[in-house]
Amino acid sequence: MVQQTVSAPPGSHVDLGEEFAHRRHPLAAIRDLLHRYPALSPAIVLVVAVVVFGLLNDRFLRPENLSLITQQVAVVGTLAVAQTLIILTAGIDLSVGAVMVLASVVIAKAAVDGGLPGPVALLAGLAVGLLAGAANGLLVTRLKLPPFIVTLGTLNIFIALTLLYSGGATVRGSAMPDLLPWLGGTFKIGTVGVSFGVVAMLLLYAAVWFLLGKTAWGRHVYAVGDDKEAARLAGIRVNRVLMSVYLAAGAILAVAAWTIIGRTNAASPNAGAELNLDSITAVVIGGTSLFGGRGSIWGSLLGALIVGVFRNGLALAGLDVLYQTLAVGILIVVAVSVDQWIRKVKS
Amino acid sequence: MTAPAAEAHETHTASASRTPILQAKGLVKTFGKVVGLDGADLELYPGEVLAVIGDNGAGKSTLIKCLTGAEVPDRGEIWLGGERMAFRRPQDARQHGIETVYQNLAVSPALDVAENLYLGREERKKGPLGSVFRVLDRKGMRERARAELRSLGISTLQDVTVPVENLSGGQRQAVAVARAAAFGSRVVVLDEPTAALGVRESNQVLQLVRDLRDRGLPVILISHNMPHVFDVADRIHVQRLGKRAAVITPQTHSMTDAVAIMTGAATA
Repeated sequence: MVQQTVSAPPGSHVDLGEEFAHRRHPLAAIRDLLHRYPALSPAIVLVVAVVVFGLLNDRFLRPENLSLITQQVAVVGTLAVAQTLIILTAGIDLSVGAVMVLASVVIAKAAVDGGLPGPVALLAGLAVGLLAGAANGLLVTRLKLPPFIVTLGTLNIFIALTLLYSGGATVRGSAMPDLLPWLGGTFKIGTVGVSFGVVAMLLLYAAVWFLLGKTAWGRHVYAVGDDKEAARLAGIRVNRVLMSVYLAAGAILAVAAWTIIGRTNAASPNAGAELNLDSITAVVIGGTSLFGGRGSIWGSLLGALIVGVFRNGLALAGLDVLYQTLAVGILIVVAVSVDQWIRKVKS
Repeated sequence: MTAPAAEAHETHTASASRTPILQAKGLVKTFGKVVGLDGADLELYPGEVLAVIGDNGAGKSTLIKCLTGAEVPDRGEIWLGGERMAFRRPQDARQHGIETVYQNLAVSPALDVAENLYLGREERKKGPLGSVFRVLDRKGMRERARAELRSLGISTLQDVTVPVENLSGGQRQAVAVARAAAFGSRVVVLDEPTAALGVRESNQVLQLVRDLRDRGLPVILISHNMPHVFDVADRIHVQRLGKRAAVITPQTHSMTDAVAIMTGAATA
């Protein structure tokens, strides 16, 4: 019997040769490297973009401008933290912007109309974020609906709730307790002004980096996004992991709500819901795969910075805003193509 | 964990005097009108490789699912080491020391070898870093993963930090088998482990099966591949129409005999 198995045609089995072919090809070596470090390609893009824009216009690298870019990035960058968690599980959240706007309006109205102290108003915003996350998570895990459809639905629901609740009126920052627009304040590092919103964003990135990289929960998030069935058979409670991800995202969106109040010095029901697409853009440009299970949280920060740098740099170069949109669109297509190419490593 | 050590000292050859480590009695499982199992029995003795063969629809897959907690039988009993079991979920069987390597491997492609070995039972660092901040003991897990692979004689997997998707089919199967061997204290179940593999890789996996047995772990091997079954099995359980049709050995029966029993053309 053993001889029978050994004498099969030799051509049926060539993986060793294939492996060597991979090693020899220089492009394949680059692909392996990008595959291992998903944040590498956005890091290169960011550095090149900063150098090029710096050469094109000497105003670009001035401290005021760099400070402006980081402040512009703070809101989308915070949304991208939540979006990264969800995309890592092979999901997508179209409602992040709408949840943030709803939470910001609730925070502002709780303080201004309800007369609640600032910290309590922020806790009300946190409750909104967690409830919204729970709603999305329950629909995804219990009804087994695709996250795209679930969040397309809740996106509209949250927008409508925001407008119904606020009556379409904006609450100004000057009417709020000082704590609410506080994240919009800045301090100086050298000559560059840094807003507290940027610091809050960086703290969130650090916290999520720790959770994803250093804890079992993080490994489980990757495993669930990678192959749900394999994760289940390995003994991971898939629904519990998914639920925790949507709840964590909700909590992060409450922080984003606080940040946008500071950034705009107002709580407006009409602005911010469209940032869902910008957050997805940041995550995708940051090298996280829309198919789940692959990516790094720092990549999303780089992605958000890349978008901010491109928009700012092109504007300084005197180009019409349409060219910024065009550039971001091209970046997305290129990023997704690179991801597809990297994923071919396995076959 | 009652007394696997004592059982491990026994020899490979099955003898009627010993008690089975894992036993199924009269299992019945129906899916609507379809009868998956119709009073199926099975005995696995310590230190043996028991192959389970059968035609499509003979119920071998349902039988294995009942033994590993993936399905709950309608009737019948499952005994493990002299204790009656009532598995509701795969985790239940796993907690009792039954590890299963599923046909679709159940490895997570983007995670590395060590992470896959410990997936779902990660170990945390000692002290407050682990207990308060829940930090993984990554270095320790990698070291233990290396030691486990070495002790299984898996030399092709030197680097445990490689993502599993970069491995060949045989290497991935080796990771899955190593995981079962590392945590399966009493029984290892392999469902079609060579189905998707080339010749050389199949031989590596069959060698792993022998090594597991030599370490004292009894193995249940489900396979369609008769040469593989006759190569590695001590006894062969032939499943037919939801029941055990016969138990034969490679010494007393030929492959043709086995196929004849499988199809009902002959009895043992």
